[in-house]
Amino acid sequence: MNNNLYNYILGIADNSLILGQRLGELTGHGPSLETDIACTNISLDLFGQVRSYFQYAGKIAGDGRSEDDIAMLRKERDYKNVLLVEQPNTNFAYTIARQFLFDAYHLAFLGELQKSTDLTLSAIANKCVKEVSYHERFSSDWVKRLGDGTEESHQKMQNAIDDLWTYTDELFHQTEADKAMVEEGIGVDITQLKDNYYKYVSEVLEEATIEVPDIKYFQKGGKQGIHTEHLGYILAELQYMQRAYPNMEW
Amino acid sequence: MTATEQNIDKKLIPILEQVSDPEIPVLSIMDMGVVRSAVIEGDIVKVEITPTYSGCPAMDVIGDDIKKALKDAGYKSEIDLILYPAWTTDWITPRGRKALEDYGIAAPLDAEADKDVLLNGKRMVKCTNCSSQNTRLVSQFGSTACKAQFQCDDCQEPFDYFKCLK
Repeated sequence: MNNNLYNYILGIADNSLILGQRLGELTGHGPSLETDIACTNISLDLFGQVRSYFQYAGKIAGDGRSEDDIAMLRKERDYKNVLLVEQPNTNFAYTIARQFLFDAYHLAFLGELQKSTDLTLSAIANKCVKEVSYHERFSSDWVKRLGDGTEESHQKMQNAIDDLWTYTDELFHQTEADKAMVEEGIGVDITQLKDNYYKYVSEVLEEATIEVPDIKYFQKGGKQGIHTEHLGYILAELQYMQRAYPNMEW
Repeated sequence: MTATEQNIDKKLIPILEQVSDPEIPVLSIMDMGVVRSAVIEGDIVKVEITPTYSGCPAMDVIGDDIKKALKDAGYKSEIDLILYPAWTTDWITPRGRKALEDYGIAAPLDAEADKDVLLNGKRMVKCTNCSSQNTRLVSQFGSTACKAQFQCDDCQEPFDYFKCLK
């Protein structure tokens, strides 16, 4: 089995899995019916994408592991998602800020992954990029609405961006698997996406009348499996059925 | 096979046309454009379908329904889910678009117009009830992954718009 490819796929898919789970928490709890449906629609897209990635990862692992096994039967340290996506919903401004900061990255990433020499990954990216462009439209639109909205919505959006900004740099950290896959022409060189990302995000924030945070210290660790305290709680819910009824199937 | 060509055995078309999207029952999967190939190999029919959206829960049901329809017609079958080339709303047939409209779902506009109605608040989507274009976007996301919510400001009818995916 190609360990680097397997880990590379998990690195991509875990972001979608954990963010999808976070958004799923809003089912029936969104601030309005339309935004509730939007967040859960995005969650559904992300889970759909995760299925494609994990089915492929299962094939590479070649030991009979199913997509569900890979999604549900790992421990906290084995999840390789970035810290950003596991941050709590807190309030709608945080939910939107987290979404936007991830979508802007995700869209650029998938755009490049379409050029992968691995045909399965490029096909998945080709499919996902269309969906994610809708996500990014939704989240960037709401960043502007809240940022350039009332005094209260502006302040809440500013606070959310200030708090979550510290997790953005990790998006562009390369793991060993990342480096190996770039060399083989399979992976995306994420370090190349960084400048455009901050440029684009800053433009949207400016339009939203939100101040771009000026910090030099960034949080990292998720890609190495070292997570914030939030991930354990997410997994407790995500894995509940498998822990309560091991090996159960739908 | 080029990106948009389908490879479907003519004998199988009437059978596959009986299968519809479980969430939009008026639309056959053929008119939806999700069947990319269907060929008879020996005593087995091999069918390739492609999802509209990655997370579309209808795909599993569609796969089962195809199997059942083929079985009723005396065929064993294998269903494969393929991701490439990715589905686009351009693959919905003219008959499919009409079926959508009759059902109360506005058919997708082209990509540019789609952006204008979803992002810039332009009023271009035709109300499925009264045909007025005085309609507005309520939400970019609707009852299923493929739709957005609209409302007509003339007759007040709320309706779904099938988003352009390209």
